[in-house]
This record gives sequence, structure tokens and C-alpha cells, in this order.
Amino acid sequence: MTQVFDDAGGVVPVTVIEAGPCPVLFVRSVDRDGYEAVQVGFADKPRRLASRSVRGQVAKLDSRRGKRLAEAGVASLPKANSEPKRFVREFRPGKNGLDVSGLSVGQVLTVSVFEGVDAVDVTGTTKGRGTAGVMKRHGFKGQRASHGVKKVHRHQGGTSMNTSPARVFKGKRMAGRFGNERSTMRNLKVVRVDAENNLLLVRGAIPGPNGGFVIVRKTNKLQRVGGGPAPAAAKKKAGGKK
Amino acid sequence: MSQKILAKVEASSLKSDVAPFAIGDTVDVHTRILEGDKERIQIFNGVVIARAGSGSRETFTVRRIVAGEGVERKFPIHSPKIAKIEVKRSGVARRAKLYYLRDRVGKSVRLKEKRAETTEGTAAKPAKAAKKKTVKA
Repeated sequence: MTQVFDDAGGVVPVTVIEAGPCPVLFVRSVDRDGYEAVQVGFADKPRRLASRSVRGQVAKLDSRRGKRLAEAGVASLPKANSEPKRFVREFRPGKNGLDVSGLSVGQVLTVSVFEGVDAVDVTGTTKGRGTAGVMKRHGFKGQRASHGVKKVHRHQGGTSMNTSPARVFKGKRMAGRFGNERSTMRNLKVVRVDAENNLLLVRGAIPGPNGGFVIVRKTNKLQRVGGGPAPAAAKKKAGGKK
Repeated sequence: MSQKILAKVEASSLKSDVAPFAIGDTVDVHTRILEGDKERIQIFNGVVIARAGSGSRETFTVRRIVAGEGVERKFPIHSPKIAKIEVKRSGVARRAKLYYLRDRVGKSVRLKEKRAETTEGTAAKPAKAAKKKTVKA
């Protein structure tokens, strides 16, 4: 994270998200796939790291194999003509107010899709914290430093009752694996859209480490009147999280 | 890579004309204050006891004694609210943070003024830079 100054001269804490360019890799249709969606990718990866099927999805049509297929009269699906992508996600239209109609394979989404959007939701994978105690994981208070507390200062208190029910209820919050799970920060205010550098500045923190991949879409929280649906795009978070 | 991107973002809020000042300097900080729709300048005078952070996040702390009570204000160096930083007096500081001034009262709060030679020394720096420029040209 970093900070920028607003018009009044106040300090605004922001996370910088490198939003695009994200080519549309595939368009799913009800006829062919049984559902509607648009698949977008972000960040190149070397072809040697991409599996054959992934390479095929983005390959140029003038490859040797492509030519052979064309000669044989096999109609091939439209290709995005881009490098294989590290981060590929599908977006489905629907309740979330997403509009994917009008997007075609090969079209490149940039940060400009967020032009005029007030707030966004950012979905990512939180930092993994390994095995964590109840204080860190669930925000329990722990126990006192003195007054007879022995070696259990960071423990939870009791976990259940007495003879009845004589068991611990399922879902009791205890120590264990923490982090490394999908999480969404909703209604983050868009501070700035930098079309030149493809950067999106949102107010506040977002899930995940620096350089992690996230999905950004127009918020589905109820907004003030106005502001139509904007297409979403898979994005990478660039700037610091501290 | 992400550091480069951050630097790009921060560059947009950096001021190019920040007056050079050092720890131990007594400065006048001219801050813009909005009263209704009128803007006026308020001056906060005191000793710079610390600088912290880097890039657009850099701040400095100014300490002064008001009516016998120590008052500290922390300013973001690149804040658009700061109109000007004027160095009134340069004090000798042997450390980067002058937090020890907080424990002092009365005469011991004062810092020794930098001697003429040293001020000349700092004054000589731009001259040197100018020389370099001429060499290049």
C-alpha cells in the first residue's frame, strides 16, 4: 500500500492494482457450454510452462498444425492470439449485474472498464498464516497475565458445558490453519484510474500478498442511484500491502 | 516490478520544490487552512526533531513549546496543504531523531547553532554542483 493526497490535501491510503491488459481468451455460450461466461487472462507466462491445451487456446492460427487443420477443413475456435496467461478466470453474468455481452475473443480489457465506477469488490487469496492460535485466528482475548493463570495466557477459555451436553459442539472455534483462503473486500472506493499505466487505485487494503493475483469487479453492494454495470476483469495487485 | 509501479504512483504526489532542511533546524511551516471557503496561511514554528518514511509518505515532526507545554506536529512533507517550509536557524544535531528534547525543559532545550563554517559548507554544496554542471557543459 501507499498513500496519495486527495483534493482537500488529506492523506488517502490506497492499494495499487495493475488492472490489465487482460485479453478475453474464450467466450462460453449456452449453446456450446451450457452457460454463459467470459474467460479473461492476465500476466504472460512462458510457453514452455503452459500445457499443450493452454498453448492451443492462445496459439496463432498460422502455426503448422493450424494450417494442417485448416486444410483438412476443421473449423477452429477463435483464438486470442496472445501469450499464455498466468492467471485465468471466468466471469459469469447474472445477479451480480455483470454484462459480458459484446465481448469477443481477442478483445483486450484494460483499466478503462472501471472508468466512472465508484466502488469495486476485490477478491483474492489471503496470506497463509499456517497453524495459528485462537487469538490471532478468531480474535479471542486470551487469558490474564496473572491471578493464577498458568501457561495458558494465549488459550481460549472453556469449549463447552458440563454433563449436558457432554460434548463439544461442531464448528467450535479453535486453533488451526489460518489464511490462504478466498476472501472478498467489498465496496472499496476507487480513488484513481490511471489509464496510461493501467493502474487502479482503491482505498484501503485488499486480500493477499504484494504481487498477488486478485479479481476486481464493480461492487455488488447497493450504491447510490446511477452507475451501470461494468464488465469485470481478472487483475493483478501490484502495489504494496503493509 | 511492483516497486516500480509503486514508484510511478508516488511520483504523482511528490513535490519538486521541497526546501532542504535538516534535523535540528528551526523552521516555519506555512500550512494552508480552509476557513469556510477562504484560505489562509498559518505558521507553525519549531525545531525539526525527526524525519520518517520515504517517497510520498515522508513526514517530519516539528516540536515547539507553547505556554510551557511541549507541542509536536507531524507533517507529510509532500502534502499540498504545506505551502512553504522556511529554515530560520540551523541547529547542531548529532543524531537523526532528537526525541531527547522531550525530556528537557528550559534552557537545555536549545540546540547550538551551526557555526558559520558549517553553514558555508552547506552553502558550498550548490556551488560545487554548479561547477559540475559547467564541466559537463
